[in-house]
Amino acid sequence: MAEKEEFTDISGKTIKLSCQNYSPFCREFTISSAKLSLGRVMAFTCTVWLLAYTAFYLTQNTAVLSGAIFVTLSGMLLHIHFVKVDHETLLVVGSLGVQLSAAYASGRESTTFIEMSRIKDIVINEAIHMQTVIYYLCILLKDPAEPDGVSSVVPLFQSSKPRLNCLVRVYRSCQEIIGQT
Amino acid sequence: MVLKIFFPRCCNMADSGLLVGRWIPGHDSAVVLAVIHYPFIPGHVKKYLSELRSQIQVDLTVLGSWSLSKDGQKEMDGFLKDLSTIFPHSRWLQLSREPGKKGFACEVVRKNGHAPPSGEEDKIIFVHYDQRKVMLSQLHPIHENGADVESSELRAVFHTVSQSEPLFLLDKYDDGPLKLTHWQSDGREASIIVELIKQVSVPVCILLTSLVCWWKWLWSFRVLNIWPVPFISSKLSTCVQAGYRTDHFQTVFSTRKATTHMDFMKKANMFVSFFVDIALGLLLISWLYRENRISQLANTLVPAADHVAKELQELLEWLMGAPAGLKMNRALDEVLGRFFLYHIHLWISYIRLMSPFIEMILWYVGLSACLGLTFALSVLSDIVALLTFHIYCFYVYGARLYCLKIYGLSSLWRLFRGKKWNVLRQRVDSCSYDLDQLFLGTLLFTILLFLLPTTALYYLVFTLLRLVVVMFQGLIHLSVDFINSFPLFAMGLRICRPYRLSEGVKFCVLHEEPGAPLHLLMEINPLQCSSVLQCYRTETSGCSSRDSWLALCKKLFVGELIYPWRQKTTKTD
Repeated sequence: MAEKEEFTDISGKTIKLSCQNYSPFCREFTISSAKLSLGRVMAFTCTVWLLAYTAFYLTQNTAVLSGAIFVTLSGMLLHIHFVKVDHETLLVVGSLGVQLSAAYASGRESTTFIEMSRIKDIVINEAIHMQTVIYYLCILLKDPAEPDGVSSVVPLFQSSKPRLNCLVRVYRSCQEIIGQT
Repeated sequence: MVLKIFFPRCCNMADSGLLVGRWIPGHDSAVVLAVIHYPFIPGHVKKYLSELRSQIQVDLTVLGSWSLSKDGQKEMDGFLKDLSTIFPHSRWLQLSREPGKKGFACEVVRKNGHAPPSGEEDKIIFVHYDQRKVMLSQLHPIHENGADVESSELRAVFHTVSQSEPLFLLDKYDDGPLKLTHWQSDGREASIIVELIKQVSVPVCILLTSLVCWWKWLWSFRVLNIWPVPFISSKLSTCVQAGYRTDHFQTVFSTRKATTHMDFMKKANMFVSFFVDIALGLLLISWLYRENRISQLANTLVPAADHVAKELQELLEWLMGAPAGLKMNRALDEVLGRFFLYHIHLWISYIRLMSPFIEMILWYVGLSACLGLTFALSVLSDIVALLTFHIYCFYVYGARLYCLKIYGLSSLWRLFRGKKWNVLRQRVDSCSYDLDQLFLGTLLFTILLFLLPTTALYYLVFTLLRLVVVMFQGLIHLSVDFINSFPLFAMGLRICRPYRLSEGVKFCVLHEEPGAPLHLLMEINPLQCSSVLQCYRTETSGCSSRDSWLALCKKLFVGELIYPWRQKTTKTD
């Protein structure tokens, strides 16, 4: 059932999109981003420790070294727990709703479920990010006060940032399900 | 359309019977609440349901039939068809489960009696939910009125399950005409104690409420409302704290029952923070009144105050010379320095006078900690304010003098340019001055300008001193405010029973078989800790926005008085 394909994100790194077809009106899209690279971890650790050794050489204070160990350890923990997203999942269930979840590298998951009655549409939007124009998938939410208005926009796949060709695939499948009901 | 059936997980293995639940109006979904087992008399079922309907204000109906088939499937089929004619309905669900299979089979029978075409059969979603968690959880953001409940499907499901609590009271071991399967508690072991506490709480609440009323009546005496008393008590943080606690006390022990969720949480938060506060205060007392710590504290406090005064004296002497190589106006410098020195002299003699009694005062004041840690902290803040009263005085003198000079300079600067401030139109107009007016104005302007550095220096030094004291007091106020407003009960609930406060739900796909209906598991998504804080923190005055840093800097520059005499500053303009 699950189809896996490789795409690239906006900075050119490889990401994997897997589509799981549970039933004609229930589909799950998972985008897994690249794993934490060993080289970057090494670079970060080495920089902090080299700085700490320089400071130690200048001040002859051992507290600097233990501080460096503490900084590297806590920095890595915080990065894994709050920043590094392992995979993002979009579960679309026809006439029930859309569920977005992000699993962090430490295993923490944050999930949001949006009911179908609140959803106006799913669209691909353009945005200016740094000095480039990027595309992103987003959910338009209905305004309860006026039926035609859009109250807010929920961006999808915020941390993996896939390119347009990947977004178009997800967009088509989502529209199929939303159009059915 | 896709039909959604919310099915309780506890009924997965229930014996065959009738499904009791509710069709959610406006959405194509049904909530199953319980299973009534065979054998039953249809009249009894109808009577029981109508009784429940009037009790819980939710239109419970018989949704269909449930069969956990073992054998004899053929004979059951006819029987189930017959059942659908007994109970009035628009759609009749026939759920069946075979022991070997994971999923259920479902058949929808319309009112006219025939099953829909086979193409629609797979468009059914089973959402399995945990009945207990859904019943107990509270969806956020909270809408108290019923109109919003129906607009959202999930809210309607949560509302239905939590309203049907009386349905779940029927015990499986009861010897009634009906046998039901639904979620039920494992027992009520502690219920005697809980009931006793409930019984006792009412008279205790009445007693405490009357005590609070009496206390408030005492405070409403006219003697206490003549001019200086309310003003001073609004400045003493102990009195402000006492006011807060009285309000909290009144809310917690009011005999009115908390009907809404927010009211209940507010009460519980106040109650828990009140108890934690008192426990911390008692801990402080047990530490303070042991090993003669009070007298040690008093013995260090008096020399410390003396030391501060001595340091101030040295600072003033330094300012009276040529501080940091600056050349000041000699005469004004001397006058100001002497004036402040005299004040310090007065202060030192005041401290000497006080020193024999300080231990006793501390001993009695320390007792206030049994009212809570916040009281002890407020008293500490007040003591600091009283002990640094001389710094405050210096600051006020310096600021007033500086302010006067700045205002004088600004108006004379206008005169210098041939303009004046028009009070009636609130703007600057041009004006032709006489020659002697201009001469006198310019002379005064020059004098003020050359005297400004001396005053500014005194103002700067005393403002810095004052800011140190204000920062210390601000830290104490922040911690008191934190204890007062932190929603301890909600936070504990979030940590120990995450499903009680829910932000929404999350679904995961249980298992899928081609041709069979889809099965989803609905779990409760707990509220984030930051939202708990935002939603449930107790309102105190500290929560309201304060002056911005820019406004504070501007005030400091112009020489207006900062904290705590804030109301008066508006008048002086």
